[in-house]
Amino acid sequence: MSPLVDTHKPIEILLAEDNPGDVRLTREALKDAKISNHLSVVADGLETLAFLHREGRYANAPRPHLILLDLNMPRMDGRQVLATIKADEDLRRIPVVVLSTSQDRQDIQKAYALQANCYVTKPTNYDQFVSVVKSVEEFWATIVELPPET
Amino acid sequence: MKAEQLGRPVEILLAEDNPADVRLTREALRDAKVHNNLSVVTDGVEAMAFLRRQGVYADAPRPDVILLDLNMPRKDGRQVLAEIKADEQLKCIPIVILTSSQAEEDILRAYNLSVNCYVTKPVELDQFLKVVRSIENFWLEIVALPEK
Repeated sequence: MSPLVDTHKPIEILLAEDNPGDVRLTREALKDAKISNHLSVVADGLETLAFLHREGRYANAPRPHLILLDLNMPRMDGRQVLATIKADEDLRRIPVVVLSTSQDRQDIQKAYALQANCYVTKPTNYDQFVSVVKSVEEFWATIVELPPET
Repeated sequence: MKAEQLGRPVEILLAEDNPADVRLTREALRDAKVHNNLSVVTDGVEAMAFLRRQGVYADAPRPDVILLDLNMPRKDGRQVLAEIKADEQLKCIPIVILTSSQAEEDILRAYNLSVNCYVTKPVELDQFLKVVRSIENFWLEIVALPEK
């Protein structure tokens, strides 16, 4: 089982999402999660990279154990963020779960080609949305071995 | 699209040299909600031949998901992972490392090689089945898989 479970340290999750409704639902779903977690939220791609690189007001940002990444965001979209993360020697180890309303096969294909760790489509139904976010959290926090911090 | 929307059984390739682990994985997947077809190879050379449809694997299906052990004879899972992720034709196939190794070095290396996720095999039987079912549930029922 994941070493994180044993240490009782909250798992750091970064959500990159520009839709306030989706942010709120994700926050709600994660609040009830089995594994204690701490959620940070950024609303566009530039902020996401600033957070990950600890630039500007993100100087003290935690390194996320897991990134939930929306595809369609202002300023810099999720595809570009994903490509940048996975091309970065230090950041590429962080699992990126694409969480998008897009069911477009090309979006899915491209995300995997850019080495997204997995692609999950957001259900439009409230209960299903919450259930999917919980499943994502539970799988990555309790079943998967996340990369150790170096 | 989600595995259940493919309109055919989900193709899973298990690369595992331990017969007991193969048997347990098969058992766990047999009860899965999503209809799946499990193919098994027992070393890394065979795994690559299967994926490249060489020799006896000329008619092998392209897997939708690969469950990959790390310690296997002839060519180990680390090398197989590196080769798949360096291959334009194969790199999109999600790879779940399923290993008894909890070595930080192995976990780190697998993520550096762009593994999709790394899961350690519990030694206890019920836990092993539970973990394989969780993998099945997540990858076949929650995740959208790439198409061919």
